[in-house]
Amino acid sequence: MKKIEAIIQPFKLEDVKEALKGIGVDGMTISDVRGHGRQKGHKEVYRGLEYNVDLLPKLKIEIVVTDQRWQEVVDTLAQAARSGKIGDGKIFVSDIREAIRIRNGDRGESAL
Amino acid sequence: MKPRVAIFALSPLAAWAQAASPAEERLAAVEAAAQAARSAGDNAWMLVSAALVLMMTGPGLALFYGGLVRKKNVLGTMMQSFSMMALVSVLWALFGYSLAFSEGNAFTGGFRYLFLNGVGAEPNGDYAATIPHQTFMLFQLMFAIITPALITGAVAERMKYSALLLFMSLWLVVVYLPMAHMVWGKGGLFNAFLGGRIPCFDFAGGTVVHITSGVSALVCAVYLGKRYGYPHEMIRPHSLVLSFIGACLLWVGWFGFNAGSALGASGLAASAFAATHFGAAAATIGWLLAEWRKMGKPSVLGGISGAVAGLVAITPASGFVKPMPALFIGFAAGVVCFYMVTAVKHRFGYDDSLDAFGIHGAGGTLGAILTGVFATREINDGLKDASGNALPLGLVDGNFGQIFNQFAGTLIAWILAAAGTFVILKVCDLLVGLRVHDQHEIAGLDLSLHGEEGYNLES
Repeated sequence: MKKIEAIIQPFKLEDVKEALKGIGVDGMTISDVRGHGRQKGHKEVYRGLEYNVDLLPKLKIEIVVTDQRWQEVVDTLAQAARSGKIGDGKIFVSDIREAIRIRNGDRGESAL
Repeated sequence: MKPRVAIFALSPLAAWAQAASPAEERLAAVEAAAQAARSAGDNAWMLVSAALVLMMTGPGLALFYGGLVRKKNVLGTMMQSFSMMALVSVLWALFGYSLAFSEGNAFTGGFRYLFLNGVGAEPNGDYAATIPHQTFMLFQLMFAIITPALITGAVAERMKYSALLLFMSLWLVVVYLPMAHMVWGKGGLFNAFLGGRIPCFDFAGGTVVHITSGVSALVCAVYLGKRYGYPHEMIRPHSLVLSFIGACLLWVGWFGFNAGSALGASGLAASAFAATHFGAAAATIGWLLAEWRKMGKPSVLGGISGAVAGLVAITPASGFVKPMPALFIGFAAGVVCFYMVTAVKHRFGYDDSLDAFGIHGAGGTLGAILTGVFATREINDGLKDASGNALPLGLVDGNFGQIFNQFAGTLIAWILAAAGTFVILKVCDLLVGLRVHDQHEIAGLDLSLHGEEGYNLES
């Protein structure tokens, strides 16, 4: 099993959800996060006091999928989240040791 | 003619009783009815004005200031303004009104109206002959409420609540009441219309309200020191939406403040209303242009700050100047106050957190001086010589000396506010301590002082 963590632009969420639904991925967890990579933030000025706001609002999507599917999911996700501009975000993939469905104790891929 | 004059001098009831002929009887009745109608109109406007001025503090100023602080301090900040509505009202009823407005010496009033004794429906002819004395007392109370509330902008996000209540109680007695008496009380040192030695024009509170609160705010900001993390940490307004609503309420409420200061529903009230509005409008544009030029962008915070600066500056002038000078005074205030809160504050490094000094101190001073330039008898003929001719008021009327009178009033207001505030701060510091602990400041006043949070959006 693989966990796919994608940090994306908030305004791309609907596109990404739509695309993932299209290939049959129907479970995901989404959280509001703030951060930045190479993208610089912006400047805000309040009565002459300047602040560089470099931590920008992003969304983090977490999906756990089977080893057979993860490439396809990553490709679909990346394509849907891409605007081509700086700040589009990143995707990280890692191995998952175990998955458990709390309701009935299912383990492994059948818990996904 | 003689007997008629005598009759008019008496109260309408007595006039009826003594009236000799039916014609005179009817005349007296018509006269009394006209007087009653005027009183009803004036009283209606003044009661509405008093309510409008209270609305400036709550919710106006509470929202304006509340939006400018971080969200962990929104309740604590609103509470500071709101508490003045309660605290000052009680002190005003007990002794405040008397010390400001009963006859005393040139610097302070006496004890005649202690516990509001003798303040009822009967008008006080010295101040406002057509409205109940009680209406006048209430209208003045609302000014005494907003003035200390303005100071809270300088101590935002770090002052103890207990210290605030003690400070404001003492401040009212030491600074506000004497200043109000000097400028507006009968026999006060600066009262141009009621026997003052140095006639200083302050229609609605440039010296009494804005200079005293602004200068005291500066002393408080310097004495208390900077907020934890200022200016390196990001301390942004948490909701300019709240501040925007607050500023708009201030603009509307200010019509009660300035036009209400005519103390009747008169032409002078309309004139003050116009000056107030045009002053605020021009100041908004002045601030925005200065900001656009220097910072590259005209901001919403800049626009609403400019409006408030203009309202402050036009306050002392509002019942004395024509619309064109009002535009000038407003525009000048917008530009000057912009530089005060951007360049001057950062140059000296004091943390006047919400710019109570930069806007009220600077705008009030500018307005007080410019009143001496633009005040004209064409607008206000309240000052008359022995034969009943209106006397020249400001520079535009050819009265050069008025500028010096305005300076004198301004100077005394600065000195009284600065010295009084410093002494009171020392006393409060010794008695209860002024600042909250660092941990409490980091946690925010809402939780640490009041045990609540402003926004529990997920509960």
